[in-house]
Amino acid sequence: MTGFRLKALGLSALLVLTACSDSEQAATEATDAPDGQVKAGFIYVGPVSDGGWTYEHDQGRLAVEAEFGDQVTTTFVESVSEGPDAERVLSQMANDGADIIFTTSFGFMNPTIKVAEQFPDVKFEHATGFKRADNVATYSSRFYEGRHILGLIAGEMTESNVVGYIASFPIPEVVRGINAAYLAAKSVNPEIEFKIIWVSSWFDPGKEADAAKALIDQGADILMQHTDSPAAMQIAEQRGIYAFGQASDMAAFGPTAQLTSIIDDWSPYYIERVGAVIDGTWESGDVWGGFNTGMVALAPYGDAVPEAVRSMADEARAAISEGRLHPFTGPINKQDGSPWLAAGETADDGTLLGMDFYVEGIQGTLPSAN
Amino acid sequence: MTDYGLLTSILHAILVASTPLVFAGLGALIQERAGVLNLGIEGLMIVGALAGFAAAIAGQPLGISVMAAALAGALLASVFAFLVLKCLSNPVATGLALTLFGLGLAALAGAQYVGRAAPQIAVWEIPLLSDIPVIGPALFSHDPLVYLSILVAVCLWWFLSFTRGGLVLRAVGENHDSAHALGFSVQGVRFLAIITGGALAGIGGAYLTLVQTPLFVEGMTAGRGWIALALVVFASWRPFRVIAGAYLFGSVTILQLHSQALGLAIPAQWLSMLPYIVTILALVLISARGQGHRAPGSLGQLFRASR
Repeated sequence: MTGFRLKALGLSALLVLTACSDSEQAATEATDAPDGQVKAGFIYVGPVSDGGWTYEHDQGRLAVEAEFGDQVTTTFVESVSEGPDAERVLSQMANDGADIIFTTSFGFMNPTIKVAEQFPDVKFEHATGFKRADNVATYSSRFYEGRHILGLIAGEMTESNVVGYIASFPIPEVVRGINAAYLAAKSVNPEIEFKIIWVSSWFDPGKEADAAKALIDQGADILMQHTDSPAAMQIAEQRGIYAFGQASDMAAFGPTAQLTSIIDDWSPYYIERVGAVIDGTWESGDVWGGFNTGMVALAPYGDAVPEAVRSMADEARAAISEGRLHPFTGPINKQDGSPWLAAGETADDGTLLGMDFYVEGIQGTLPSAN
Repeated sequence: MTDYGLLTSILHAILVASTPLVFAGLGALIQERAGVLNLGIEGLMIVGALAGFAAAIAGQPLGISVMAAALAGALLASVFAFLVLKCLSNPVATGLALTLFGLGLAALAGAQYVGRAAPQIAVWEIPLLSDIPVIGPALFSHDPLVYLSILVAVCLWWFLSFTRGGLVLRAVGENHDSAHALGFSVQGVRFLAIITGGALAGIGGAYLTLVQTPLFVEGMTAGRGWIALALVVFASWRPFRVIAGAYLFGSVTILQLHSQALGLAIPAQWLSMLPYIVTILALVLISARGQGHRAPGSLGQLFRASR
């Protein structure tokens, strides 16, 4: 019987091993980079196939490969949870000889800083965070510029005057998006109301779909989301209402429902930063690019968007891109009625990066981030 | 969508959100009543989710898609059965491995299905009953799988309570040595229970990809297999209580979303925790009540014929 038992143990161990390597698909294309070749690592919070946030980061990685060819090898680890696991994955990547590592979710901030201290020669790039070091740079996109356009379109196109918003976690990036979209919608439609559901997840298609249904049942006829799966888009299509995609073009899931989608284009930034490592000119810093850098883009408008709305949206986009319009321009009060921006005043980046309040007019309480 | 009242749509959504848990919970229940602790429900669910979705994409009707999901679940469960029954491997470790393996396998095999949408499932409106105001459209206007989940629970209850086969299965679960002494095939009964349970878990997963969110992405079961396992304990190993538990869990999930949209001033994190808190509370209450609610006597124990 001992033989049997050993065999069984071996088999289960095998099962565990195959499972682990599957779920973390460390797609290393070359373990030992030849001399002079730069090795770039990426860690993703979701699967590459999420059709949203992580998908676009991986498109950026592929663009780096296409740009530099033999000069660079890239590796990635997907579905890394935000916490101690991230530290483990980061350390391993650094140990495996990565020269630059992109950590592509807000929740990787502390693990990135911690591992960066242990590997002073490795460059780290953390997306959407605010902690930096000599070897840790941060980068993000001004998604709120895109949200402004979404808000304008939603304000013009809603008939019930209720916009449903599926939010993930109450971090500044998400709060900023809600405020930007609300202010823009309000500017063209004073009757507008936002119903916001926090699903406490970046990626749970079942829950996102349930939240979408709840919002529609409560009268929303346009959905916005700040979660990563196309589930809400699909529900919008089923129910015959409109929705905006997130991070990636989701028209495949809502051919008639999608009005447009914010698209994150990380390629220009990733190419620039990996290029800097190759040239030896990399320095820590902070980049926050918007429409003007191409880091924020919009999917083609859906057929349902009328010509007048398109031209208004295009005009606003051009104005933002040229710096003539700032989505946060006073007078704006905070939710509690206290003044934030005086007439004509625009928000400074510091406040935007730490935004932890709703603007006046939004119903409901903002959950605290901690 | 038709113009339901809010109450109707909430009830409707609760049933949809609960049905995967009903299937998976019943799948775990039949195994545990036979004395098998299978922690691989999550893995079985996601494999079923993928198989059902793949069949639907290939243009198969709902019946075939569901059978494909059941078959996939049963096949993966048979691996578990082989390891645990034949090789006598530790059931806890093997079950955990099965979950990890199933998630990985589905991610690998499912890559080509990501980004595609399954055709919508037709609704079966039950004549007369679906005309009742408010509850009619909420309870009797669903896809066939919702009704099937209730039917499965009724059949399982009848089987366990009133048939000889059910009695044998319970005997094997309560005391496998006695059952063996009486001449019953402990391993045979357990094998059948594992296969059936795997098929049910597979159907539960398929409900996610066929009805709830007709798309496939890896990891989309998002812990529902674990909730199903907790439900069985919550239900003190009785089929109808599994349904009750699943609907309770579904209610809390859906109601917390609605209360947020209504702007109730409860922190979102608390609302997200609520379903799990309710489950833990129920577990505490049940274990405090003791007698008559305990686990099958041989649950999780390996059986080795002494001669």
